[in-house]
Amino acid sequence: MNKPVIIDPEGLNQLISTLTRMGFQVVGPTVREEAIVYEKLESIKDLPEGFTDEQDGGIYRLKRRSDKALFGYVVGPHSWKKFLHPPERRLWSADSEGNDFKIKPEKLESPKFAFLGVRACEMHAIAIQDKVFINDKYVDPVYQIRRENAFFIAVNCGQAGGTCFCVSMNTGPKVDTGFDLALTEILDTDRHYFVVEVGSDRGAACLEQVTHQQAQNEEVRQAEDVVEKTSGQMGRTLDTTHIKELLYDNLEHPRWDDIAERCLSCANCTMVCPTCFCSTVEDVTDITGTHAERWQKWDSCFTMDFTYLHGGEVRASTKSRYRQWLTHKLASWQDQFGSSGCVGCGRCITWCPPAIDLTEEISQIRDSETQTSKPT
Amino acid sequence: MAVKMDPIIQSPMTPQLYRVEKVIRETHDTFSLRVIPKDDSGARAFQPGQFNMLYAFGVGEVPISISGPKPSGRSMIHTIRDVGTVTHALHGLKKDQTVGLRGPFGSAWPIELAKGYDVVIMAGGIGLAPLRPALYALLEQRDQFGELSLLYGTRKPEDLLFTEEFEEWRGKYGVQVKLTVDTADSEWHGNVGVVNTLVQRVTFDPVNTIAMICGPEVMMRFAVLELKHCGVPEDQIFITMERNMKCAVGFCGHCQFGPAFICKDGPVFRYDQVKQFFGIREI
Ligand SMILES: Cc1cc2nc3c(=O)[nH]c(=O)nc-3n(C[C@H](O)[C@H](O)[C@H](O)COP(=O)(O)OP(=O)(O)OC[C@H]3O[C@@H](n4cnc5c(N)ncnc54)[C@H](O)[C@@H]3O)c2cc1C
Ligand code: SF4
Ligand code: SF4
Repeated sequence: MNKPVIIDPEGLNQLISTLTRMGFQVVGPTVREEAIVYEKLESIKDLPEGFTDEQDGGIYRLKRRSDKALFGYVVGPHSWKKFLHPPERRLWSADSEGNDFKIKPEKLESPKFAFLGVRACEMHAIAIQDKVFINDKYVDPVYQIRRENAFFIAVNCGQAGGTCFCVSMNTGPKVDTGFDLALTEILDTDRHYFVVEVGSDRGAACLEQVTHQQAQNEEVRQAEDVVEKTSGQMGRTLDTTHIKELLYDNLEHPRWDDIAERCLSCANCTMVCPTCFCSTVEDVTDITGTHAERWQKWDSCFTMDFTYLHGGEVRASTKSRYRQWLTHKLASWQDQFGSSGCVGCGRCITWCPPAIDLTEEISQIRDSETQTSKPT
Repeated sequence: MAVKMDPIIQSPMTPQLYRVEKVIRETHDTFSLRVIPKDDSGARAFQPGQFNMLYAFGVGEVPISISGPKPSGRSMIHTIRDVGTVTHALHGLKKDQTVGLRGPFGSAWPIELAKGYDVVIMAGGIGLAPLRPALYALLEQRDQFGELSLLYGTRKPEDLLFTEEFEEWRGKYGVQVKLTVDTADSEWHGNVGVVNTLVQRVTFDPVNTIAMICGPEVMMRFAVLELKHCGVPEDQIFITMERNMKCAVGFCGHCQFGPAFICKDGPVFRYDQVKQFFGIREI
């Protein structure tokens, strides 16, 4: 592939306009209601310049930085799944004609998104959802077309958040696959620039439209240092050794009862998780009863009706719901899709009101096992 | 470059339209719908044990097993118990009305595998519906199998399904059909009690037996225990699982049972492959 190049913030601006000219809707981080979320961007002015985020269990706070970094924070409550796997969508509609009815399939729209500022863990999360929606037995055409159209401008993290543990999950902080362009932001005392790695031909073609210069060895090394430093800053760690067996062997562990005392079953963790994919359907009819629609909406394994069978829910207790969620993420996902369902982004820790921390829960279960296991 | 006009989602979530050919009243709360595609494409092939998602206009969509036809028939039959909103709406359908259908989905009963074996079929309640196509398939090649038994239990005598077929299964094909009910009045001269008690009353060679079980989870739990007790190996016992299901294609996540998605890995499972999770409360 092409050698890394250097662009400055104005170059990034040119990149946004180039992509917009090419028909992409550029989306990326911006500040809304005291959080950094992913929305449509017009220019680099929309990026959270000079902001950072402070994160810990149940805590998320935006703060001012002393510099003008454009990517000086980690991940917020949104993930790219809202663009690829829309939170709500109509699947089809139907109209009755006497005793009969006809189904009108939904037109397949084909939006072209350019995702700016995708972190390494998020690239992995998208690859994980690809397995669910494209690479398994059935294909979700809405996800597929959005996914195939998407342009990825990834960003190597310049700092780790208080709840990050991508190093434990082998998903970051350096972006390794799937990107068209990958940026590392460098803030020197007198210079603000990005080292850009090119990951695809269309990435290279796009760069042609942008003022750039070849990166010097020193600049490339500086970019590597940035990622190296971030690796050392992880707010959390998770020991994943035999984690599938650990969870499968501990489905009746008392720790689940302990968690159930704290968990509100609020579903925040599943909504913010970039890999959670569950959905439900809703049937709606108009007032005449002759027009019906079927909608798909994000759902969560923490909701009441999720496991409803005629006569009651299978997972009525909070304990069983949390156990399902965590066991799915870290254990059964491996059987289902050949990888972990967790990329270590830390969102579920940050956005959990009572600050339940999966890394802590796993280490409690693991420790209790070590204590009780008899010497051989 | 070719421009695609109005691309239509070839979504696995969009139902096909089927016409109700016949409504069969089975019991006081259970009925069968025999359906055929409206576009004259002919019935779709299915395997015994598979299910369809049936859509009642404006009301909703539910998973329903395919309960027939006999191998010569061309339209699919679904036997449905009216228990709630959607099944009730389906109950209201009349001949020639339209129903939405997606499918068939899911795994099948091990008919090929059972060749050369005795087969014990155990059903509870509506659980006989997905097993009927398996019986038809066994009977179609009757000489390929050893002893065949059907052990069937319901709550009350009037809940028994497909009773008009039992005589043919017994007489023409030599199936050992044993029935039981939970409670009955004096008019019932048959067994009273749970299905697993019937295991002792039929002849089969345990190590050479394939068992197929469908019914409520508790019923299956006891059935498996009884069969194991008799010496049927765990990897020759097949059960079915039921969970809430919104999509049937592995997208909605609702039907997970341990590592399995019941819609695509099930509903029929080999017992030894799921036993780690079978019977765990609220799994
Ligand atoms: C693989 C499979 C095969 C089945 N085969 C048959 C069959 O052959 N005959 C038959 O009568 N029933 C069968 N069922 C059960 C049938 O799907 C439910 O009885 C039906 O969904 C109840 O819907 P309802 O709207 O009438 O009930 P409500 O109680 O009003 O249900 C509301 C919603 O909950 C969900 N739900 C409730 N009960 C179930 C359930 N048991 N399974 C899945 N989702 C449920 C549905 O989404 C339903 O729309 C099968 C279920 C599964 C999973
Ligand atoms: S489980 Fe938590 S840490 Fe893991 S990917 Fe989901 S939100 Fe991120
Ligand atoms: S773990 Fe936390 S975020 Fe998830 S449902 Fe429980 S309380 Fe809500």
